[in-house]
Amino acid sequence: MKRVQFSSASLPYLYLLPQLAIIVIFFYWPSVQAIQSSFYLEDPFGFSSTFVGLDNYTDVLESSSYAEIARFTVVFTLLVTFLSLSLALLFAVKADAVLKGSSSYKTLLMWVYAVAPPVAGLMGVMFFDMHIGPFLKFADAVGWDFRIGLDYFDTAFAMVVISVWKQIPYNFIFFLSGLQAIPKSLREAGAIDCRSGFRRFWTITLPLLAPTAFFLLIINMTYALFDTFGIVDVVVKDKAANNPITLVYKVYMDGFRGGDIGGSSAQSVILMAVVFVLTIFQFRFIERRVHYN
Amino acid sequence: MATITLDKVRKVYAGTMEAVKGVSIDIADGEFIVLVGPSGCGKSTLLRMIAGLEEITTGEVKIGERVVNKIDPADRDIAMVFQNYALYPHMTVYNNLAYGLKNRGMPKAEIDKRVKEAARILEIDDYLDRKPRALSGGQRQRVAMGRAIVREPATFLFDEPLSNLDAKLRVQMRVEIKRLQRELGTTSVYVTHDQLEAMTLADRLVVLNKGNIEQIGAPIEVYDRPASTFVASFIGSPAMNLLDVTSDDAGLKLVTGTGLAGAASGLDRGRYTLGVRPEHLEIADGAASGEGLSLEVTVNVLEPVGAESFVYASFADGGPQIVVRVSSHARHQPGEKLYLKAMPQNVHFFDADTGKRID
Ligand SMILES: Nc1ncnc2c1ncn2[C@@H]1O[C@H](COP(=O)(O)OP(=O)(O)O)[C@@H](O)[C@H]1O
Ligand SMILES: [Mg+2]
Repeated sequence: MKRVQFSSASLPYLYLLPQLAIIVIFFYWPSVQAIQSSFYLEDPFGFSSTFVGLDNYTDVLESSSYAEIARFTVVFTLLVTFLSLSLALLFAVKADAVLKGSSSYKTLLMWVYAVAPPVAGLMGVMFFDMHIGPFLKFADAVGWDFRIGLDYFDTAFAMVVISVWKQIPYNFIFFLSGLQAIPKSLREAGAIDCRSGFRRFWTITLPLLAPTAFFLLIINMTYALFDTFGIVDVVVKDKAANNPITLVYKVYMDGFRGGDIGGSSAQSVILMAVVFVLTIFQFRFIERRVHYN
Repeated sequence: MATITLDKVRKVYAGTMEAVKGVSIDIADGEFIVLVGPSGCGKSTLLRMIAGLEEITTGEVKIGERVVNKIDPADRDIAMVFQNYALYPHMTVYNNLAYGLKNRGMPKAEIDKRVKEAARILEIDDYLDRKPRALSGGQRQRVAMGRAIVREPATFLFDEPLSNLDAKLRVQMRVEIKRLQRELGTTSVYVTHDQLEAMTLADRLVVLNKGNIEQIGAPIEVYDRPASTFVASFIGSPAMNLLDVTSDDAGLKLVTGTGLAGAASGLDRGRYTLGVRPEHLEIADGAASGEGLSLEVTVNVLEPVGAESFVYASFADGGPQIVVRVSSHARHQPGEKLYLKAMPQNVHFFDADTGKRID
C-alpha cells in the first residue's frame, strides 16, 4: 500500500467531505428518521402522529404474514446467493481454461456486465411472459402449466431465475479476474504435485479465490436482500396478493401502498439489524478462514 | 534415479514461432546438466517439455526407459524449482513440503519424517509453521528446494532458481545446490542465463542459441574449445576477443589492414574470425618474436576490478577494441603502446560466415 503524506492535517478530511456528506444525507439521516418514526403511529396523511413505544415492532413480529415473508426471503436469499455464486464460478473456471492471458476476450466479457443490469429485469419478465415468453413453450413441452404472477411457486421460480441471471455476469467477472491473478507457475507447481485436477481445484484454486468469494458473498447477500426489489416489483406488478415477496418489498408495500409509515419503519429497522448482525457474523467467522495474500 | 533422453525435440508455439528446433541430448543417471543461453533461446521451453508443462510438438522425451510425451507432470517422477519459487501462499511451509506427498497417498508418519529431514538439511526447521509471505527471499528459495527434495524424485528440474536472490545469497545457494545434488545423486537439469552459474554447477553444459544446441560438453571443454563464435562470446567473462581477419600469402591481417605477426600456420586464404581470451593475452617486452600471436595496441582505459584489472585497447588503424587481463598492480596509462602475445594453443579460428570453429 502506498502511503501519502498530506501537508496539512485537515486536508484529508476535506477530501472525504463530499463522500461523508452523501452518506449522512442519504443514509444516516433517513436511518435516524426511520428509527424515530418506528415508535410512532402516524395517520396516513401525515397530519398527526402518536407515540406508541414498541407497538409497531410487536405488531410486525407477531404477524403471521410477516413470518411467512421472512421465511421466503431467507430461502430466496440463500438460493440466489448460492446459485449466482456457484454458476458464475463454474463459468469463470471454464472461461479461464480457454482464455489464458488473452485480454481481448476479457474485455468482451466485461461488456456483458456493462449491458446486463439495466435491461435484465425487463428481459427476464418478457422471457417468462404468459403470452410472448419463450419459457412458456418449454414449460408446456414438459407438461408444466407455468403461470407467472398467479401461481406462488411459479412466480418464486421466475424471481429466483431472473435474480440469479442478472447477478451472474458481475460474479463472473470477479471470479475470472481472481482466477487469472493466480500465477501460472503456481498452477504448474500444483500440476506436478497433484494429478487430479478436481483435487487441485479444491486445495489450491479455491483457497486462493477465497478473498474474492468472501467479498462476493457479502455483495450477493446484500443484492438478494435489497437490490432485487426492482425484479420483485416487475414480476408481481404491485399485486402482491398471493405472490411471494421479499421483506424489502413489504416495507415498500406497507409504507407507500398501505400508508402504514410506523409499521414500515419498524420493518426497515429490523432489516437494518439483520444486515448488521449478518455483516458482523461474516467478518468474524468467515473472513478469518480466508487467506489474504 | 534415471537417465533422460531427448530425441529431436521440437516446440512450435502458435503454429509459427519455433522456440526449440530439434534438440537431442542423452543425460546420464545422476548427471548435472545445465542449459545455458541468452534470454529467449528456448531453455525454459525445453525444460518445461521435460516436466510435461508444455506439449512436445515433435520428437520424443524419455525419462528412464519410459517415453513420457503423453504422461502427466505428476506421473513423470520429476520435481521442479521455479524462478519465483511458486510456493502455495495459503499453506504453511510444512504443508508446502507435504502437499505433493499427501496427494500421492503416502502415510502420515512417512510424510512427517521426510518433511522434517528435508527441513533439517535445508535449515528451515524453524519456519515450518510459517506462511511463505513471512519468509525472506532466501528462505523461500530453501522451501522451494525442500519441496523438490522431499519427493525424492528421479529428476530435479530447475528454472533459474537463483535469479531472484541477491549476489551473495546466490553464490551461497549455488554451492549448496551443487552439494545437495552430489549427495542425493539425482539426475538434474538446470536452466540459467548466467554463464558463471552454468560453469560452476554443470557436469556438462548445453549451450543453446535460438532453439538450437551450439555445443555440449564439460564446462572446461566448452571454455577451452568453444565450438562457435556464439559460444566463444557467451562463455567466459569478459568475453573472448573476436577479430575479423584475412589470411593470404603474406600472413594474417585485420580486415582493417593491420598486419598480425605469427599465428595462423596452415590456414587457407580467406576470411576468418580470430578469437583470443583476455586472460590469454600477455604483455610482451617488445615487438613480434617467436611463435604465437603478436599484437601492437594502444591503451584506451584501465579498469580495475580488485583481484585483477582489464585493459581496453585498440589498434593503430582504429578497428575493434580488445580486452586484456592484467595484474591488479599494473599501471597502464591511456595512450600507452603495448605489445601483446598469445600462445598458439590459445588462439582460436572460426569460419567468418558460419561462425563454426576451425581446427
Ligand atoms: N506460451 C508461449 N507462446 C508463444 N511463444 C512463447 C511462449 N513461451 C515462450 N515463447 C517464446 O519462445 C521463445 C523461448 O522462450 P523461453 O523458452 O521462455 O526462453 P528462455 O527461457 O531461454 O528465456 C521466446 O522467443 C518466447 O517469446
Ligand atoms: Mg526462461
